Amino acid sequence: MASEQLRLRAGGAVARRQLVSRVSRYLFLGATVLGVSILGFLAYDTIDSGASRLSLDFLTNYPSRFAEKAGLRPAMYGTLWLMLITVFSSIPIAIGTAIWIEEFAPRNRLLTIVKINLANLAGVPSIIYGILGLTIFVRFYGMDRSLLAGGFTLALMIIPMTVIASQEAIRQVPPSLRDGALALGATRWQAVRHNVLPNAIPGIMTGTILAISRAVGETAALIMIGGAAFIHFDPGPNLADFADPGGFWAGLNESFTVIPIQIYAWTLDSRREFQANASAGIIVLMTGVMALNLLAALIRERFRRN
Amino acid sequence: MIAKEPPGPRSTGIRALAVIFLLSLAALAAVACDDSGKGGEIDIDGSSTVYPITAAVAEDFHAVAGDVRVNVAFSGTGGGLEVFCAGETHLSNASRPIEQDELDACAENGINDVLEIQVGLDALTVMVHPDNDFADCLTIEQLHEIFRTGGAANWSAVDASFPDQPIALYYPGTDSGTFDYFVEAIIKDVDEAANHRGDGTASEDDNVLAVGIGGDGDSIGYFGFAYFQDAGQSLKAVSVDGGEGCVAPSFDSALDGSYPLSRPLFIYTRESSLAEHPENPMLRFLEFYLDNATALVAEVGYVSLPADTLQEQQARIEPYLP
Repeated sequence: MASEQLRLRAGGAVARRQLVSRVSRYLFLGATVLGVSILGFLAYDTIDSGASRLSLDFLTNYPSRFAEKAGLRPAMYGTLWLMLITVFSSIPIAIGTAIWIEEFAPRNRLLTIVKINLANLAGVPSIIYGILGLTIFVRFYGMDRSLLAGGFTLALMIIPMTVIASQEAIRQVPPSLRDGALALGATRWQAVRHNVLPNAIPGIMTGTILAISRAVGETAALIMIGGAAFIHFDPGPNLADFADPGGFWAGLNESFTVIPIQIYAWTLDSRREFQANASAGIIVLMTGVMALNLLAALIRERFRRN
Repeated sequence: MIAKEPPGPRSTGIRALAVIFLLSLAALAAVACDDSGKGGEIDIDGSSTVYPITAAVAEDFHAVAGDVRVNVAFSGTGGGLEVFCAGETHLSNASRPIEQDELDACAENGINDVLEIQVGLDALTVMVHPDNDFADCLTIEQLHEIFRTGGAANWSAVDASFPDQPIALYYPGTDSGTFDYFVEAIIKDVDEAANHRGDGTASEDDNVLAVGIGGDGDSIGYFGFAYFQDAGQSLKAVSVDGGEGCVAPSFDSALDGSYPLSRPLFIYTRESSLAEHPENPMLRFLEFYLDNATALVAEVGYVSLPADTLQEQQARIEPYLP
C-alpha cells in the first residue's frame, strides 16, 4: 500500500513541464540526427563516387581533358602556399586586433562601432572580398593574379572571424589573472604576454583553424581575382628558391590554382568521368581539412595540459 | 620582478612545431618541378563555356612548348573581358562577341588593337518526328512553353492549329552542356523563374534521343548541333523564330548568328601581343590553337568551324607569322 502511494505522478503544470522536457529531448535528438545523417549521406556519396579515382597519379598529375589523366598536383601546391600566406598575414593582425580591443582600447563609442563592423564583416559574402582583393591587391598594388594577391585576399576574408574568435578566447581568461599581474606591477603588455595570452591560446587556435578551414574551401573570391583552373607547373617557390630571396619572391608571385577551383572546373564538365574526379578532389580536400582540425585539437590539448 | 618565460615544455612544443613546419615546407619545395616558364607566360581568363577548348589546347601545347606557361581561368565572358581590357590577361575566352562598351573600356586603357578570332560554335537543334507536318517553325516562346515545368501537355496547347495530341519530350541529361545552353537560351531567357521540365525522356547519349524522336510520332526533342550534322539528318529539324522570322539550323545561319539557338565562341587577344618578337609565345600558341581547333573543339563537345571560316581566322594571324 505504502509503496503504491509513493509512486507519485505529477499533475497539472508540472506534468506539462515534464512532457515538454521529454519531447524536447527527442526534438533535439532529431535535429542532430537530421544534420549528421545528411552530412553522412553526402560523405558516403562522395566517397562512393570518388574513391575509385584516388591514386598516387591523381595527386601528382596536372589537369587534363582526359579524366583518367587529370590530377590535383598544381592545385595542392597552390592551396598549401596560399594557406601559408593567408595564415602568416592574417593571424598576427587578427590577434593583435583582438588584444587591442579587449586589453588596450578605451571603452567608448568608437570601440562599439569597430566591434559592430567586425561582426558585420564576418558575414560579408566571399565574392565581395574577391572584388576587394581584385581592386586592392591585383590592381592597386600591381600584384597581378598571383599567390600573394590570393593569400592576402583570403587573409582579409578571415581576419574578422579570427578577431571575433580571439576576442571570445581572451574574454574567457579570468580577470583575476590579469588583475593579479597588474597589481604586482606588471605593465599592461607583460600581463597580456605572460598571463592572458597563454591562457587564451587554445581558444584562439580553435577560432583560427575554423577560419582557415573556410579559407581552404574558398572558390568564388579566388575565381574573382583570377585563380586559374588550368595550370601546368607547380605554383610557389621551389627548393632552389629558398637560398635566393629573389627567386622566393618570384615564386610567391606566380599564378595559381587551388583544389576548390579544380573541383569546380570538373563539376562544370559535362562528361561523367569528371564527376568522379570532382568527388575524388573533394575527398582530398576533406581529408586536408580534417587533418587541420586534428592538428588544432592536438595543439589545444598540449597547451591545456601545460 | 620581471617574469621571464622559463624554458619549459611549452616552448619546446612550439620549437618542435616550428621545426616540423620548416621541414615540411622544404619537402614541399624539394619535389616541386623546376619549370621556370622561361619561354614566357600566357594568362587567359573568360567564358567557362570556351574554357574546355582553350584548356585542351593549352594541354597539348604544353607537350610541344613546355617552356611556355599557359594559365587558363574561367571568371565568365564579361569578367574575362573586363580584366583583359584592364591589361591583366593576354587572351580572353568569350561565348559572345565583345560589346561596344567593353571596347570603350579597352580603349580607355590604351588597348585599341583587339583581335577577334572565332574558334567554334555552341549550337543546338530542335527535332521532331519526320512525319510531323505541322511543327515546321517554332518561336522561342513556343519552345519555352513546351519545355518549361508545367508547360504544354498537348500540341494544341502550343498553337491552336496543331493537333490535339500529347507531346513526348526528349532532351539531353542535366549534366550536359547542351542542356545548360537550352535552359539559358530558351527557359531562363523568357522567364528567369521558370525551370526545364523533367517529365520527358532524358539521356546523355544523343543516339538514344535520336532513336526516341524517330520512333515516336508525337515527339519533340533537341540535341547538340554537331550530332545533328553527323547523324540527325533522318529526323526533321525545326526552324526557330527568335523574333526575326524562321531560320533553319545550318552552318551558315549558325555562323552569321541568324539562327537563334547558336552562339559563336571567340577568343580575344591584342595585335600588339602578336607582333612583339619572332619567338613570341602568344603567336606560337595561337597558331597551334587554330591548327588544332577542328579536332579539339569537336572533342570537348562543340561544333568545329567549317574549313573556309577556319581559314578566315587563320588569315587574321597570318601577317604576324614568321
